[in-house]
Amino acid sequence: MSTLVQVNQVSKIYYRGTIEIPVLQNLSLDVPEGEFMALMGPSGSGKTTLLNLISGIDRPTSGSIVIAGTDIAKLNETQLAKWRSQNIGFIFQFYNLIPVLTAYENVELPLELTNLSKKEKKQRVEGVLNIVGLSDRMDHYPKQLSGGQQQRVAIARAVVTDPTLIIGDEPTGDLDRKSAEEILNLMDRLNREFKKTIVMVTHDPHAAEKAHVTRHLEKGELMVNGDGK
Amino acid sequence: MKIPISYNWRNLWTRRLTTVLTVVGISLVVFVFAAVLMLSQGVTETMVATGSEDNVIIIRKGSNSELASSIMRDQIDLISTFPELARNKDNQPYGTGDVVTMINLSKKGSKDMGNIIIRGISSSAFELRPQVSLVNGRWFKPGQMEVVVGNRIAEGFENIELNGQIEIGSKKWTVVGIMDAGKTGFASEIWTDAELILNEFNRQNAFSSFTFRLANMKDFEIIKTKIENEKRLQELEVKQEQKFYLEQSEMMAGFIKGLGLVITIIFSFGAMIGAMITMYAAVANRTVEIGTLRALGFPRRSILTAFLIEAMALSLIGAAAGLALASLLGFVSFSTTNFGTFSELAFGFSLSPEIIGYTFLFAIVMGIFGGFLPAVRASKMNIVNSLRAGG
Repeated sequence: MSTLVQVNQVSKIYYRGTIEIPVLQNLSLDVPEGEFMALMGPSGSGKTTLLNLISGIDRPTSGSIVIAGTDIAKLNETQLAKWRSQNIGFIFQFYNLIPVLTAYENVELPLELTNLSKKEKKQRVEGVLNIVGLSDRMDHYPKQLSGGQQQRVAIARAVVTDPTLIIGDEPTGDLDRKSAEEILNLMDRLNREFKKTIVMVTHDPHAAEKAHVTRHLEKGELMVNGDGK
Repeated sequence: MKIPISYNWRNLWTRRLTTVLTVVGISLVVFVFAAVLMLSQGVTETMVATGSEDNVIIIRKGSNSELASSIMRDQIDLISTFPELARNKDNQPYGTGDVVTMINLSKKGSKDMGNIIIRGISSSAFELRPQVSLVNGRWFKPGQMEVVVGNRIAEGFENIELNGQIEIGSKKWTVVGIMDAGKTGFASEIWTDAELILNEFNRQNAFSSFTFRLANMKDFEIIKTKIENEKRLQELEVKQEQKFYLEQSEMMAGFIKGLGLVITIIFSFGAMIGAMITMYAAVANRTVEIGTLRALGFPRRSILTAFLIEAMALSLIGAAAGLALASLLGFVSFSTTNFGTFSELAFGFSLSPEIIGYTFLFAIVMGIFGGFLPAVRASKMNIVNSLRAGG
């Protein structure tokens, strides 16, 4: 498998006033195309920061992040926003659906950034809602759906643009065991059946078991023996 | 790259209470704004309608109103010989030498007094002013102490109902008719025979104005030049009648507009701050949403536009509500002192497409000012911090 994500010598320092808070230190990581990788580590280990950097919603203090041949650290604000819309699908812990939009409209939202026709958008939205098993709930608002259903809508929204990389930030962190299992199975299906590359941050060892690879972070550094299965 | 409009509408609907309160605040300011313009427009329309496009009026130079003007009978006779004047079948010019003066009458239901214009007219006045018609009683008879009262003041003052008697000069005059002059200044006047007023006020041959019709309005400049060049008419000024009345309305309309707009602008700051608070609250409540939209790839300008659209929607709804309310004022008419003549003038609120345009423009400006800073704050939010706000 070719490498999709190359994180090279990346450091990230946050500043609180004049105080420097180093979160990641010279971290390097490769994610092959088609991989399903879990990032684990205690709170404050820098796993979410690493995820934010890979997804292009934050910038490294030093180092480079090359995704599918593009060094995203060199893109300006507008280019990065466009890049995210074309390459990244997000699955958040608290689903982050827009409460005033229906399931259908939430899934359609990323397609507003494309040049697809109304008909093509409809086909795509209905297609992904069918994959996540919510064809019969597309007119429901988020508050009318269970947590598991909301996360499935979020997954549909994440894949509707056919992104290069799916980013999951504790995607099962707010769900009961049964719903979490359903979400993990769905992600597994996306990886196996639709060949989607997934990087997921999780605290849950059971969730990490679904991934092909688990990498451990501690104090901003990847553990050398952190490989999973 | 647009966030769907349904997102904006539904967010406004979700926050119904704050939306309604903000809209009410904006609509009240818009109501005052529109009402002021409508009032000013009402004064102007009333005065403009008083004059006719086809008539020419001659007054003394420097006179702001007929009350301060005088034109002698021989000057009127001289002008009447000019061939440019329109004439009837008896070769008499369509012209009226008017004598305009003022009397003081008690207002009904209050101890206040009001200045009412008495206009002494010549027989051609009715042909020159077809907008005036009799609605009750009869016209006065020349040489008789009789008057006809304008309908807009007939009900507002003591003793000027039909068959009532009023004191003009030293004598009692009888009201023999009520005239309808539409929405013109004549509807706020009392008309009688010019010769009697000349005698009663001992004005001898000094009329206030001479109004006539030209056979061809294109001859206006010719007659103007003639009068300016004629030695015996040097102190007179020629104006188109409608323009003359428009100028009379400018002082009062300008005062209403000026004072009203200053008050409205002060009010508008309150409404803009209200809209700003509402929009800041909206931004604060939707921090995670903003972060999510940005993460999905919506650029800053889309967020800025989305919040500006919401602020504008609030303003436009407020404008529509305020205008709807203000339009009801079209049914209201009242009487007050015209600063141009210090006499009573009845007029109403008048809504025009221009006022509707200005009102919406005013509301849009309020929306932009009220919504801009919150929208900028929303668009400048850091994605990571915004997303963290939900965790």
